[in-house]
Amino acid sequence: MGKKMLSESAVERIEKEYEDWLEEYHKALKKMPERSERFSTVSDLEVKALYTPADIKDGDYLEDIGLPGRYPFTRGVQSTMYRGRLWTMRMFAGLGTADDTNARFHYLISHGETGLSTAFDFPTLMGYDTDSPLARGECGKCGVAIDTIDDMRRLFAHIDLEKVTTSMTINPPASVIWAMYLANAENQGFDRRKLGGTIQNDCLKEFIAQKTLMLPPEPSLRLVIDTVEFGTREAPKWNTISISGYHIREAGSTAVQELAFTIYDGITYVEESIKRGLDVDEFAGRLSFFWNSHIDFFEEIAKMRAGRRMWARIMKERFKAKNQRSMLMRFHSQTAGCSLTAQEPYNNIVRTTTEALAAVLGGAQSLHTNSLDEVYMIPSEQAVLIALRTQQILAHETGVANVIDPLAGSYFVEALTDRIEEEATAYIRKLDDMGGMVAAIERDYPQMEIADAAYHFQQQLERGEKVIIGVNKFPSDRPELEFVLKIDEEVERQQIARVSQFKDDRDKVRLGKAMDELRRRCEGPPCWDNNVMPALIEAVRAGATEQECCDLYRDVFGTYTDPGSF
Amino acid sequence: MSHSPKKTYAMTIVDLILAGDLRATARLLRDIDDELPTARNILKKLYPHTGKAHVVGFTGSPGVGKSTLVDQLTTRYRQEGLTVGILAVDPTSPFSGGAILGDRIRMQRHFLDSGVFIRSLATRGHFGGLTRSTFDMINVLDAMGKDVILVETVGVGQDEVEIAHSAHTTVLVTVPGMGDEVQAIKAGIMEIGSIFVVNKADREGSRGTVRELRNLIELGLRHSEDASWLPPILETEGVKGRGIDELHLAIRRHKEYLFANDRGQLDEVLRKRARNQLIEALKDEALKTLLQRRQARGLSLDVLIRKIIAHESDPYSLVQEMLSEELQ
Amino acid sequence: MNGERKLRILVAKPGLDGHDRGARIIARAFRDAGFEVVYTGCHQTPEQIVSTAIQEDVDIIGLSILSGAHTYSFPRVMELLKENNAEDITVIGGGIFPLEDISKLKAIGIKEIFEPGAKIEDITDWVRQNVQPRRALAS
Repeated sequence: MGKKMLSESAVERIEKEYEDWLEEYHKALKKMPERSERFSTVSDLEVKALYTPADIKDGDYLEDIGLPGRYPFTRGVQSTMYRGRLWTMRMFAGLGTADDTNARFHYLISHGETGLSTAFDFPTLMGYDTDSPLARGECGKCGVAIDTIDDMRRLFAHIDLEKVTTSMTINPPASVIWAMYLANAENQGFDRRKLGGTIQNDCLKEFIAQKTLMLPPEPSLRLVIDTVEFGTREAPKWNTISISGYHIREAGSTAVQELAFTIYDGITYVEESIKRGLDVDEFAGRLSFFWNSHIDFFEEIAKMRAGRRMWARIMKERFKAKNQRSMLMRFHSQTAGCSLTAQEPYNNIVRTTTEALAAVLGGAQSLHTNSLDEVYMIPSEQAVLIALRTQQILAHETGVANVIDPLAGSYFVEALTDRIEEEATAYIRKLDDMGGMVAAIERDYPQMEIADAAYHFQQQLERGEKVIIGVNKFPSDRPELEFVLKIDEEVERQQIARVSQFKDDRDKVRLGKAMDELRRRCEGPPCWDNNVMPALIEAVRAGATEQECCDLYRDVFGTYTDPGSF
Repeated sequence: MSHSPKKTYAMTIVDLILAGDLRATARLLRDIDDELPTARNILKKLYPHTGKAHVVGFTGSPGVGKSTLVDQLTTRYRQEGLTVGILAVDPTSPFSGGAILGDRIRMQRHFLDSGVFIRSLATRGHFGGLTRSTFDMINVLDAMGKDVILVETVGVGQDEVEIAHSAHTTVLVTVPGMGDEVQAIKAGIMEIGSIFVVNKADREGSRGTVRELRNLIELGLRHSEDASWLPPILETEGVKGRGIDELHLAIRRHKEYLFANDRGQLDEVLRKRARNQLIEALKDEALKTLLQRRQARGLSLDVLIRKIIAHESDPYSLVQEMLSEELQ
Repeated sequence: MNGERKLRILVAKPGLDGHDRGARIIARAFRDAGFEVVYTGCHQTPEQIVSTAIQEDVDIIGLSILSGAHTYSFPRVMELLKENNAEDITVIGGGIFPLEDISKLKAIGIKEIFEPGAKIEDITDWVRQNVQPRRALAS
């Protein structure tokens, strides 16, 4: 037990004074009523007018808040945080062909971004090649089209992969894309053990929220654990899962749900990895997280701090991790896409700025800031530059990076952190009672919670209880921006021709053998000898396309479609 | 005149439906759903062409996996070269009168197969788990030429009995751990199911649920007049496709049983179905006619309702009075 | 009973885009407005959409898309409806569209496009005012 931060008598005096003040407050409201009947965060957590030390009287500074880089890490995962090194400025980028995206990568790097992040187009995300009939009209529109290892080569042309880390937002086909990345990097002379980066590879949140669906839950998990196992042995600097809350939030969940469901996904991955025979301290240090940074400023900061504390406690108490590194919730953050508007799009710069500030004060390791035109389609160069500069201005001009976790001790922020942790923990207990996340998904539990929250917010918006400037307050039309990036339909034709040529040129005998080996491993029980990664690396080197590998998966493991429950 | 233009038009629709035209069938089903009198005329003409299809009903609580089983069975039937009609029922919201019909999603792979016709219906306030017009819609799909008609119910309450009266074969679907639900249907379990399925059989408690069902069935058989069909209890995993072949076979065996030599069983089923259809049609028409006649004389139900609330009379006496007035 | 015919609406997402938050919200809203909604969710091809629309005899097809792939799927749906003599089905779209594409889509017969920020109430009002349930057969 720790010592409380204030003595009982001090708390009593404060509470008494607060009650007194509250009377004055209500008197004043008679003359000038509150602006709203009820004040709540964007997730509808009610907030009071004022917080005092009495609101955090039960906490213990060292046990609950602590110091940065020390358990329970509420104040940050490293002792030096941004004093030692700023967060990585990692702008999500992907458009058209590999060459187009490579150009965008170089543009961003030359303007100061410090890490790469790859957005893939929908066919790639869903495990289809550009020449698939299902891919008609989708090539290059939401990200880059990657069908073969040759596309991967062009994507990362002239980039030192040992010096810069790469994040790739890819889920069911993650093992295939990672294999292409590793194989290509080695072809370029890089050492896989020195490669740093992340694959999103978080299948559980697909069933819950993002819905890039391919295989059923069990084999999806098997493939994820294969990558964790492979990373532990062969690519120790690589983060094999980015356990994501971003998409859960974008689907309409509350901050508490985002936190709880994501942490529970993490719990599931840890359990599955342990079942595979890995020791928790072997792999947990390379699990990373991905949080949304939404428009309600303090709610996001509190959520991120609560998250760090919860994860540390879970890793230590539930999974008995011994190494401190296994308890760290390192995370990337992206400002909330769903908070941006098509109406008066320049307002989005302001939204992104406050959201980015929240992520910085929340202690993110890596950050993407949305561009003002990201509502329409892929950001233009002009817009993405402003977004990058936003991070740089925050980092170098405002001083917020110069003191670690500066909001700690704020009565409101600490009270909100505690509250969010409490509510998220209740969800975690409920999921335990349901028998775990896969069981909960089969019963549509997280999906229904999210759908209800989304509908609730929509109704609040339409009643005017929640405000979006330019939409339901000071409503405005949406203009045509001067610089909207369009993807030419020609891109699709070129890519199809390229893939066709590639397929003609490859060594079909070598490919056949490699695919047989991949199939043998997939059909066998999960273990190191049947780990798909080595077989995939050989297969993509032999010229397997992304779809060919995914079709094999679909054939062996079956497919999954969203049950569409309401 | 030998026939009116209206009659000719109605016959053209009939021809289209008998030829299996999708649009005409879909539109007629809509008219039936909305209880349009014009639909009745067309139904009358279609009726002689019914009686060929094997009608299989699926009942069980929401979430047990009926849609998935229907989807898997449809694949088997198509492999056999049989055509399939599917009616999937979802509940109407009591507040708004609207409905979300989402069972189709689980049968996506059949959307482009012209041998499969899938229709989603809302209960529209009918509490029996089936809609009022389900009988008629089954007849339309039958006349259209579908070899097998699979009917999937909402799966709550008394619908088990209803579906048994409109189908030849009824499949009751449960999942492990639903012991209480199974106990609740012990009264008349033989009335309900020809075949019993424990789906999601990979879950804990599957064997236990099978045992409970077996006990109930044995109890039912002892008290039943006719013990010639022993309902099989099958374990399936719909999503993985396990146990589907066995289910397919069990359904076929039941059909063979019904059509066996003396046809006694089939006749009994047909008798129950026909009786039910007749009673339902009679209930509908009698009520409608009665209310219409009263309305024509300016009599509404409001006066009677007020009498009941004020305890001046009771519903039963009022109905008797109404009937003796009307049936004079 | 025999009153107004209920409106039947198909809500579907063509193409590979899986962001169904908006589609789910509008499906619920349509149900709350008293319509019967056939919901087939994401990853529908234009062929599947039209086949469903015909079998279910819907009055309206609502397509939700945010990925920019409407340039292929919307015209293809209109084409298939024509091929199947089902042009009387109203088609509306919701989601993200470049301004200049909106007029192009209306020119090929998409009756209305609803963009981000559209109120549920406005959408259901539009439907009630602009779409009638199909007339009965043999009338």
